[in-house]
Amino acid sequence: MSTATESQQPATPSDQVDDVTRTRPRVSVKTAVVYALAALVTIVAWVLNTPADVRTNFQFGSGTDLFRIPNAPVPSLVTLVVLVLVMVAGLVLAVLRYRQRRPVPGWVHVVVGVAFVLAFLTYVGAGKSTVIPMVSLLAGALALSVPLVFGAMSGVICERSGIINIAIEGQLLFGAFAAAVVASAAGSGYVGLLAAPVAGAMVGAALAWFSVSFRVNQIIVGVVLNTLIIGLTGFLFATLLSDNKALWNTRMPLPRLPIPGLSQIPVIGPVLFNQTILIYLMYVIVVLLQFMLFRSRWGLRTRAVGEHPRAADTVGIKVNPRRVWNTILGGAVAGLGGAFFTVGSGLAFGREMSAGQGYIALAAMILGKWNPKGAVAAALLFGFSKNLGNVLSTIGSGVPSEILLMLPYVITIFAVAGFVGRVRPPAAEGTPYTKS
Amino acid sequence: MKLELQGITKVFGSLVANDHIDLVVEPGEIHALLGENGAGKSTLMNVLYGLYDPDDGQILVDGRPVRFKGPGDAVAAGIGMVHQHFMLVPVFTVAESVALGYEPAGPGGVLRLDEARRRVREISDRFGFQVDPDAVVEDLPVGVQQRVEIIKALSRDAHVLILDEPTAVLTPQETDELIRIMGELKDAGTSIVFITHKLREVRAVADRITVIRRGKVVGEASPTSTETELASLMVGRAVSLTVDKDPADPGEAAFQVKDLSVVADNGTVLVDDISFDVRAGEILCIAGVQGNGQTELAEVILGLEEADAGTMTLDGEDLLGRSVKKRLRAGVGFVPEDRSTDGVVSSFSIAENLVLDLYDTAPFARGLSMSPAKVAANAEQRTEEFDVRHTSVQDPISTLSGGNAQKVVLAREMSRPLRLLVASQPTRGLDVGSIEFVHKRMVAERDRGTPVIIVSTELDEVMALADRIAVMYRGRIVGVLDAVDEDGHPVNRDVLGLMMAGVPLDEAQRQASEHMSALAMADLDGDGIPDALQQGGEEQE
Repeated sequence: MSTATESQQPATPSDQVDDVTRTRPRVSVKTAVVYALAALVTIVAWVLNTPADVRTNFQFGSGTDLFRIPNAPVPSLVTLVVLVLVMVAGLVLAVLRYRQRRPVPGWVHVVVGVAFVLAFLTYVGAGKSTVIPMVSLLAGALALSVPLVFGAMSGVICERSGIINIAIEGQLLFGAFAAAVVASAAGSGYVGLLAAPVAGAMVGAALAWFSVSFRVNQIIVGVVLNTLIIGLTGFLFATLLSDNKALWNTRMPLPRLPIPGLSQIPVIGPVLFNQTILIYLMYVIVVLLQFMLFRSRWGLRTRAVGEHPRAADTVGIKVNPRRVWNTILGGAVAGLGGAFFTVGSGLAFGREMSAGQGYIALAAMILGKWNPKGAVAAALLFGFSKNLGNVLSTIGSGVPSEILLMLPYVITIFAVAGFVGRVRPPAAEGTPYTKS
Repeated sequence: MKLELQGITKVFGSLVANDHIDLVVEPGEIHALLGENGAGKSTLMNVLYGLYDPDDGQILVDGRPVRFKGPGDAVAAGIGMVHQHFMLVPVFTVAESVALGYEPAGPGGVLRLDEARRRVREISDRFGFQVDPDAVVEDLPVGVQQRVEIIKALSRDAHVLILDEPTAVLTPQETDELIRIMGELKDAGTSIVFITHKLREVRAVADRITVIRRGKVVGEASPTSTETELASLMVGRAVSLTVDKDPADPGEAAFQVKDLSVVADNGTVLVDDISFDVRAGEILCIAGVQGNGQTELAEVILGLEEADAGTMTLDGEDLLGRSVKKRLRAGVGFVPEDRSTDGVVSSFSIAENLVLDLYDTAPFARGLSMSPAKVAANAEQRTEEFDVRHTSVQDPISTLSGGNAQKVVLAREMSRPLRLLVASQPTRGLDVGSIEFVHKRMVAERDRGTPVIIVSTELDEVMALADRIAVMYRGRIVGVLDAVDEDGHPVNRDVLGLMMAGVPLDEAQRQASEHMSALAMADLDGDGIPDALQQGGEEQE
């Protein structure tokens, strides 16, 4: 390699022969701007509107704790100022990172986000006699996230292998239906839990069949399947299920199985470890999928098929069968998640009870950048903001709950528009594979 | 391992892609398969690699007939293939790419990536590849990606390695490195089937040469044959490898580019502060390896890409900021790089494609309506003039061969009064006859006094057409030089090659004089006179 100092050709000859691709990295200033906005909103809207002498009453305990954390009324204004300082610290870090052209680490987002939410709660509860029920807020958030997590995992499995799974909605709904009906007929929630993934897998199989064998546009097939399942379950609900409610649509709740020891940890215990088997299965699926996708033969081949199917074919990987099986597997996972609507929540089946959660699950998957752990974080965020809306409408706050209910969707639109950094789907997603 | 193909026949519809092809690859030889684009080389290799099922004929490995149901069978039989378009997953690491399909795994299918890394390092060290197993494929230069492909094949114990047009994407220096690697593999006992249409490379590396034309083996040649002999065998008639043209008679600098930059959305600098001008009546070739900003430069001239900085004037008028339509009307002719997606609308008829630029002006349009008769008449005239072989001008353009479709593009772009012609890879994928035609047209446009810019990655084309050559590397112009120096000597290929790897002009000249590339060495074979100087007097009789 030459240093080429003697060249007269272009202006700066010395970096002609460098081996690093020359880019002017455009590290986003957005992070710092968002942090600054969060701090500003907190100061203007909440700090300035909170009297100095009031307190906010957070409730952290629940009945079964190993030891009780007393309800500690904290001075609202002091708490808010501390939280603002946390956000400002995050802002300073973000600005420093921006000037160094390095991205902000993920945990900073979490810290600033939590500080912002706590600040909001502190403001809402300031001077009120009602407590802010932290445990039920978090537990409810988890519950609302469950179908989203299952759906997003289904989406990850399918899309990583190159099939767009819009039919998550239908898979959730059919899973909910099958779980309710089978559980009711068999008299056991657990039997219903076995039926749900089978139902979801059937929808997945239909999706795979049309998109692989007939190369139909996958989005269209998915939407059609969703409509079909809504119609089918709606029809059966109005006829079969209504005719003999006792036999076909009796509530069969899954029992809660508190994990000894873990479930008694304050706050975390009741939220995470006093749940039904379905939630424990969810934990297992998320961890397993994260591991398998990036550390196993199955995962490597699945990703290869979704990114560059022809390359996979040339090393003897059977592209289309793998896509079919993964889509069926994804359907089964979403179907299992659907069981949460019925046996998982102790409810009977109701018409269209999945209520668009399948689409939100897809959004969570995109926001999570097609990664299981990212998708879970996104699903939890959606679940939390939804539950926050619910809780606040009971506490009574100045903010209309509809605004809060909008929040996840607003976040999604920004996320999908590329606001959270480079979002890159699997390259061969949605493209049918043919040999030649 | 000895590999034999006997009577291989493969038919696609009415097209006989391979017609009773026989081929024998001896152990440890480099066997070149030479043929034009579309001669059936790749089809044959896909048959051999198990991707296509032959309609007739058989494959023998060490004398035993075998049947490949898929690439897996071919790999198991010891055949490895490096495809022209690499079969690597861009987001995988090198170790993952090499392991894919043959993953070392523990219980439960858990990958043993350390084992995969070790394999990559072992092969990489043995042949001096210098490949990092943890690098992500898409971050690697193409030359290194190709080595990853070779590692992939070798890690599966390939005894026969098929290289499909391996030099198409390489710099001349990378080609040199590949030739060295091929030599080492051969010494280690690996047979190599080398598919190409480039005559110089064949002569530099091959032990034996089989020539294919229109799906048939038309003969064998020895590596000592001259390029002209090989070319006439490949094409089936005497061809001239040089373009007949008079010295340029350039006028004023008509098209001027100053401090032009193009930055992609992700911040990558595609065109980096370049300045040049083109005089009326001269051909400026932009040379360089694919992906060094030439595509973007061509597109920014027409306005398909936005400039982030700089100025661009044609006969004194500023072009930047004008719409594509206005630039076309100002007399810019543009032959895009990818003819099938950017050059024509494939479902439209030949006649419609010929008026894509002028459909809304007289005589083709009157008010809101178009005049089909005028469009058809125009098409008849243009196809005649540009020798487009077709059955009806109302047929969709997708029914035409690549060469004829390109002629339609030229006919459209050159039928306006031009003040600047920009052609990006105008002969890519064409047969020799069409290439000659395109080249003649380009020179004719030059002789009419139009400034012409040709972007090409083929050094042969650059040397044949250019009056001046600008070499681009990573978005910058490394240097501009005359195609023929004051003494009448053509520019040294090795100098251009080094410049394509980013070495500045005078440094390149110094290095080229000290060390001759393998290809340049091959040119000297036998008589010590470079072929470029011989060809003039050596037309086939």
